[in-house]
Amino acid sequence: MMLVLSGNEKTNNIFLERGRYYLNYIVKRILQLIPILIGITFLSFALMRLAGSDVVQELYSNRGTEVSQEIIDAKRAELGLDQPFAVQYVSWFKNMLKGDLGNSYVTGKPVFSTFVNKLPATMILTVLSILLTVVISIPLGIFAAVRHDRIADLLIRFCSFIGNAMPNFFVGMLLMQILSVKLNLLPVIATGVNFKSALMPALTLAVSMSAKYLRQVRATVLEELNKPYVMGAKARGVRNSVILWKNVLKSSLLTIVTLLALSIGSLLGGTAIIESIFMWDGVGKLAVDAINMRDYPLILAYVMWMAIIYVVVNLVTDLLYHQLDPRIRLGVTEG
Amino acid sequence: MRKQKVKKNHLKVRLIIFATLAAALIICAFFSEHLCPYDPYAQDLSIAKAVPSPEHLLGTDRYGRDMLSRVIAGSKTSIYSTLLLVGFINLFGSAIGILCAWVGSWLDSLLMRISDLFLAFPGLVFALAVAAILGGGVQNAIIALAAISWPKYARVARSQTLAQKETVYLRAARLSGCSTFALITRHIIPNIVGPILVTAMLDIGTMMMELAGLSFLGLGAKPPAAEWGSMMSDTRNLLATHPWVTLAPGFAILISVMIFNLLGDTVRDWLDPENGGR
Amino acid sequence: MMRNENYEAGAANDMNSRDRILKDKKNNREILCYEQVDICYGEKQIIRDCSFSVQSGEILGIVGESGSGKSTLIRAAMGLLGNTGVVTRGDIWYQGKDLPDLSEKEMRKLCGPELAYIFQEAGSSFCPIRTILDQMYESVKEHQKTTKAQVRDQAEELLSRFGFQDPGRILKSYPFELSGGMKQRVGIAAAMLLNPKVLFADEPTSALDVTTQKQVVEEMLMVRETFGTSILLVTHNIGVVRATADQMLVLKDGKRVEYGATGDILENPQSEYTKKLLSAVPVLRR
Repeated sequence: MMLVLSGNEKTNNIFLERGRYYLNYIVKRILQLIPILIGITFLSFALMRLAGSDVVQELYSNRGTEVSQEIIDAKRAELGLDQPFAVQYVSWFKNMLKGDLGNSYVTGKPVFSTFVNKLPATMILTVLSILLTVVISIPLGIFAAVRHDRIADLLIRFCSFIGNAMPNFFVGMLLMQILSVKLNLLPVIATGVNFKSALMPALTLAVSMSAKYLRQVRATVLEELNKPYVMGAKARGVRNSVILWKNVLKSSLLTIVTLLALSIGSLLGGTAIIESIFMWDGVGKLAVDAINMRDYPLILAYVMWMAIIYVVVNLVTDLLYHQLDPRIRLGVTEG
Repeated sequence: MRKQKVKKNHLKVRLIIFATLAAALIICAFFSEHLCPYDPYAQDLSIAKAVPSPEHLLGTDRYGRDMLSRVIAGSKTSIYSTLLLVGFINLFGSAIGILCAWVGSWLDSLLMRISDLFLAFPGLVFALAVAAILGGGVQNAIIALAAISWPKYARVARSQTLAQKETVYLRAARLSGCSTFALITRHIIPNIVGPILVTAMLDIGTMMMELAGLSFLGLGAKPPAAEWGSMMSDTRNLLATHPWVTLAPGFAILISVMIFNLLGDTVRDWLDPENGGR
Repeated sequence: MMRNENYEAGAANDMNSRDRILKDKKNNREILCYEQVDICYGEKQIIRDCSFSVQSGEILGIVGESGSGKSTLIRAAMGLLGNTGVVTRGDIWYQGKDLPDLSEKEMRKLCGPELAYIFQEAGSSFCPIRTILDQMYESVKEHQKTTKAQVRDQAEELLSRFGFQDPGRILKSYPFELSGGMKQRVGIAAAMLLNPKVLFADEPTSALDVTTQKQVVEEMLMVRETFGTSILLVTHNIGVVRATADQMLVLKDGKRVEYGATGDILENPQSEYTKKLLSAVPVLRR
């Protein structure tokens, strides 16, 4: 879409075109999402059925009762496990669209409501740790890039390197040891869904995530600082701070946002471990408990929903990216 | 005379140091049984929860087992499982990637859509589910992590192979009558092995931590087996009173991951033509 | 170590440009002077013992093969050598100031209103995600008190002088919406916005097709005529030098091989290297 500027121009049309292009793009992306979502549900469902037919046996042995084969068969039929796989999937899919994900094997309660009840706690934790991550890593990453190879940069890189080599549960335990046991600032385990209890698990997740993310922010800003336009602006006598804030950061922001969205994937996985360490009552802990109890419908719901959340977050980021970058928004390849 | 900054390139020295450290770690893990000062599984309740002392450098856990011996014994499980895992996904993923790039058409789209699907699941979540179905055990944890990690290698191998496929020298080799097998083994693989190796090296640390994470949740190695992740989970109740017991395996993970990450970074710089390595 | 004869040149600031050229031409005033300059990148020496000077309103062509250090030579004047490049010996004098010794802040004040630079790919000297006007406004604002509307009027006038049909549209565009030739010409216009006294042009024509090349060369001449700007033109195109430069300097491996009036050197080259360089290009007449 190279604009020819000599001759007659249709200045008004260009903005219309820009808008229409973007709208088309949104629709296209949402349509692309559908097969992925179906794939996710199918894969999750197939995975759970792979667990084999001893589900029912497990169920009863979990309850500690001996039962006869007939009862097991009856239970199996009740759960629809005797049907062919495709039939099971279709009926499960239909129910899922109605918000029915079956009942927990352990408690017998509807999975959907159990899951939805615990979701806010995880969301609070996730949002809080993303906020902390952004607050920690973006300023430090930018600072390190600007002070490239000076002492501040080396120090920040060293810390991020150490953080990168620590599993999140180790970080959590260190924080527990320092903040709760030694300094007595925060409760060791969650006392319910409140800010004070959320702080330590969120901080743990943020430390692990920042270590990785900080490096990426630094690399992105550093790359942008080496682009020719930085020298161009310098040659025009533009102040370093203006070059950094108005040009470099505006350009890097696109990549920084995308990378943040990508790291949400590891964050969602990390919540499972962290929630069970700090006894934070969210879906992560629910899932770990369900895994220990072999409560397949709950595990299925967890896996599926996490994947869906992740895919949607990525979609939103992608759309945001397109909105922010005029090159892509206008559908232009650099020429 | 104006001042001048001259940066020296210590890449070679770094490479030798970190490669030696990594090798030492692997050898250490291999001879772990002989290196333990005490039997890592021998319980002696009379010395349980001992503070670190010259006899027990890292103290003892609640069964009186020597922590230093357990940490050393744990290195075998942790390091070898990780290397096995990374080696396996590397080979499997790369094979898929090369196949996709070489055959193209429907097979390529099919396998790439499948890998897209795996990538749609956030990291550890899918591994949790797989491990949940297979049940605990180091073996199953490896399979679970392999299931989520292979697409990355497939992508790297595929894009690298596609790039090589376009080169003039490869067309020349094909025109001069090389067989497909010879083309792939003699021309493609030697040229794409660098980026794949770098990906694998940088992945060792991550995989070691994720494996430890699964063990920590009880989905990997199970107590009493000495594995760093499960040791931390096992002793987490002692954190407030006897932190050395819980934190010792953590530091073992930290140090091993650091060594492998440093090695990975250095190998990456080494293979990067821009840095003038090699 | 200030050069007294250049000191008063600063006083010419408030005169309008045409008077300035006339006065400067009469006095044959030296505006920029390189004295025995050595430049290193890291441990590698790029420029050795290079001296020359530029008069006000003069065009100096710097030629040489690629890698001879042409760009490095002019970048040094504006402090654009990056992190590793340093002027290790010698001085670059501009109006009584030794440029390599200036602090970053002092240098910044000169970049724009006094010295300007056109990059080989002038289009890439604009941030890709901001409009041309935003970036021009940003540069002007750095040096004088102004409003966006003022800058727009100024830039529109300048662009129309550069032969653009619809300057308003250009200013509203993002860099990637313009073609390579247009970007280059907009880059030259942006450099001229603050009416600098010295313009450094780093191969301004090499990335362009022949017709656009001609346009750009004409524009450089126009700039000199209208604003009395001195131009240091780095190029490997002898034709361009022949068409524009008053003086020329031949550079080989960072050393000055020949330096003098363009006509003299082209008609009667002294060194073997210059002869080879000249025989390698098709002859173009002015």
